[in-house]
Amino acid sequence: MLKIRNLEAGYGKLRVLKNISMHVSGGEIVAIIGANGAGKTTLLATIAGLIRATSGEIGFLGADISRLAAAKIPGRGCVMVPEGRQVFASMTVADNLILGGHALSRQNKKDLNRLLDHQYELFPILKERKSQLAGTLSGGEQQMLAMGRALMSKPSLVMMDEPSTGLAPLIVRDIFQVIVRLRAEGNTVLLVEQNAKAALAIADRGYVLETGKVIIQGPAEDLLANKDVQRAYLGREKLEE
Amino acid sequence: MYWQQALECMPREDLEQLQLERLQATLYRLGTHVPFYRRKLREARVNYEAVTSLAALRGLPFTTKEDLHGNYPYGLFAVPLRDVVRIHSTSGGAGMTTVVGYTRNDIKNWSDLVARILRGAGVTAEDVVQIAYDYGIFTGGLGLHYGAERLGASVIPISSGNIKRQIRIMRDFKTTALVCTPSHALKIADVMMDMGLNSNELSLRYGVFGAEPWSEAMRREIGERLGIVATDNYGLAEIMGPGVAGECRECNGLHINEDHFLVEVLHPETLEPVAAGEIGELVITTLTKEAFPIIRYRTRDLARLLPEPCPCGRTLSRMSRILGRSDDMLIIRGVNVFPAQIEAVLADINGTGSPYLIIVDRENHEDKLTVMVEVTELLFSDQIRKQSALADTIQDRLVTDLGIQVQVKLVEEKTLETIDSKGQKVIDNRRL
Repeated sequence: MLKIRNLEAGYGKLRVLKNISMHVSGGEIVAIIGANGAGKTTLLATIAGLIRATSGEIGFLGADISRLAAAKIPGRGCVMVPEGRQVFASMTVADNLILGGHALSRQNKKDLNRLLDHQYELFPILKERKSQLAGTLSGGEQQMLAMGRALMSKPSLVMMDEPSTGLAPLIVRDIFQVIVRLRAEGNTVLLVEQNAKAALAIADRGYVLETGKVIIQGPAEDLLANKDVQRAYLGREKLEE
Repeated sequence: MYWQQALECMPREDLEQLQLERLQATLYRLGTHVPFYRRKLREARVNYEAVTSLAALRGLPFTTKEDLHGNYPYGLFAVPLRDVVRIHSTSGGAGMTTVVGYTRNDIKNWSDLVARILRGAGVTAEDVVQIAYDYGIFTGGLGLHYGAERLGASVIPISSGNIKRQIRIMRDFKTTALVCTPSHALKIADVMMDMGLNSNELSLRYGVFGAEPWSEAMRREIGERLGIVATDNYGLAEIMGPGVAGECRECNGLHINEDHFLVEVLHPETLEPVAAGEIGELVITTLTKEAFPIIRYRTRDLARLLPEPCPCGRTLSRMSRILGRSDDMLIIRGVNVFPAQIEAVLADINGTGSPYLIIVDRENHEDKLTVMVEVTELLFSDQIRKQSALADTIQDRLVTDLGIQVQVKLVEEKTLETIDSKGQKVIDNRRL
C-alpha cells in the first residue's frame, strides 16, 4: 500500500530524514519508534505532503505522491491523525465527525449516518458527548474524536502521530485497543509512537528511527526481543540486572 | 507445503523493497558497530548511509575467509557478547578457524528458515525427524534440530556415530524423516544391507540432505536404496548454517531464502556477475543477522542460478546444487574449466558419474586437457566399436560444454586409483 524508497526531507538546510526506505502492506499496523528528534513526525509530515521531500519516492496505492500538494493527499485515502488531536473546539462532537466525512468526498446521507454510527460504536463515549462542544472533552476523548474524524473518510491508510502523548495509561490502553480493532476491521495503520513498548505490543512490524535513519526494522516481536531496542527504548535493561 | 507462505511466495517487487530496507539497515549497523567494516567501507569509498538500490551492492567490498580469520574470535560481531546466546565455529581447513555468534532473534530466524526447508522437503509436524548430523560446535546438528522443533516435528537428536544403533532406532521409533549428509545416508544403506534389513521395514519417507556436495546420481541411489524422496539443502556457518537455501518437492534446485540473504553469482576471477544461468561463485550478503552480519562473503562454492519460476509457487529464486569449489578452477588456454562441469557431463551421459581424472599437460607451449574416464560395469561393452563411440560422445559433449579441445580416454575400472591414490580429480603437469 505504502512504499517509500530513499526518502530525504528536512527543514531548510537541515536534513532530517536520511535515505529512509520502508513499507506498509494492507491490513497491517506498522509502528515507527524512536527518540525525540529522530525524525518520526517529520516522516509522517512528509508522507502527508506537509513537508516536501527533497529526494526519494513515496508510492501510495501504486502512485508516487511525493510531489502532490498536501490538500490532495487525504483525497487519495491517506489521512493523518495529528499529534495533539487538533479537533475543532467550538464545534460539537457530532459536527466534528460529520466534517471528517464531508471534507473529502460528497457521501450521501445514508452512508454518512452509517459511518457516524460506526464511530459511535467504536468510541461509545463520543456518542454520550455528541452534542457537547469538542473543546470541553478530556484529552483522551479528544484523541478518540480525532481518530473518529479521520475514519469518517474511510481512508486506506490511517497515520497516527503519537496518539498516547499526555494521556493516562488506562486511556492509552483504550486507544490502542481501538487501533487493534481497526486492523481487525481491515484498516491499515501507520503508528508513530514514543511509547515503543505499547506500540510494538500491538504492531505487526516496526521501524526504529535514529537521527533520521532506519537503524533496525523487522517484525514487532523481533524488535521487542532486540537488545539494542530494549536498552534504548524499552527501559528493560535495569530489570534484568 | 510452505512454512511462511507470505514470505516464501511474496511478489518479487515487494521482496525487493524488503531486501533494500534490510540491506540499508544492515549496512548502517555494520558501519556503526563493526570497526573492521567501517574501515573497509571507507577504504572502498562507500558511504554506507547512501546506498539507494540493490544494484549498489556491486560497489561494496567483499568479505573473505581471511577477513574472518583475521578478526578471530569476536572482531566481526555487531553486538556485545552479552547479547549473544550461541556461538558456533568452523574449522575451515588450513587453520582458518572462524567464530560466528547468534542473538536470540538470530536463533529464531534461523529456526524459521530451517523449518521452511524441512517443510519444503515434505516434512510436517506429524513427522518423526532423526537428525544424524554431528551435534556440537558445527552448525548442522543444532541448526537442523531447532528448525525441526520449530516445525513441531518429533525430533530424535541421534547425532553421528554408531550406525547400527541409528538404524535400530530408526526402525523402532518409526522415523519418517532422515536428516544428515548424503554420504552418511549411503553409509546407512550399506550397514542396513549388512544387517539384512530392508528399507520396507522402516517408516522412512523423506531424506533432507546437505553439508557436502553430492550429485543427481547419488540422489537416485539414496532414493532407491532407502525408499525415500531425497532433497538437497545448502548453508554455511559463516552466513548462518543450514537454512540458506533448500529444495522443494519438485527437486529441481534450491530455493534461496532471499528475504534473509542476497546471493550474487560472480566469475571467480573477474568478480563480475556471470550471465544469467551461468556457473559462478556464490557471494552472499546477510540481511537480518544481528550478531554476525556479513557483506559479500566469498563462499568459494560454485553454482548457477535457475531463472525459470518453480511450479511449487515459491517466488524465491532457485540455485543449482553446489557444483564445486572456485578454488578448483583450472585455466586452460585462457578458458576457465571447473571439474564440476566435466562431472556434470559424465553424470548426464551414463547417469552414474564414473570416476574420472583430469590431466593437464603443456606441450609446445600449448595446454592439453585429457580426461580419463573409468569404464565401470554400466559403461562396459565388449564391442570395441561401442566403446569408441562412447568415448566420442563424451568428447563431443565436453568440447561443446567447455569450449576447448579435450582428449577423452577410457580406462579399465580401478585404474585411476593406481595413478593417483590421493583421490585428486586433477593432475596439473604444467608447473605454472
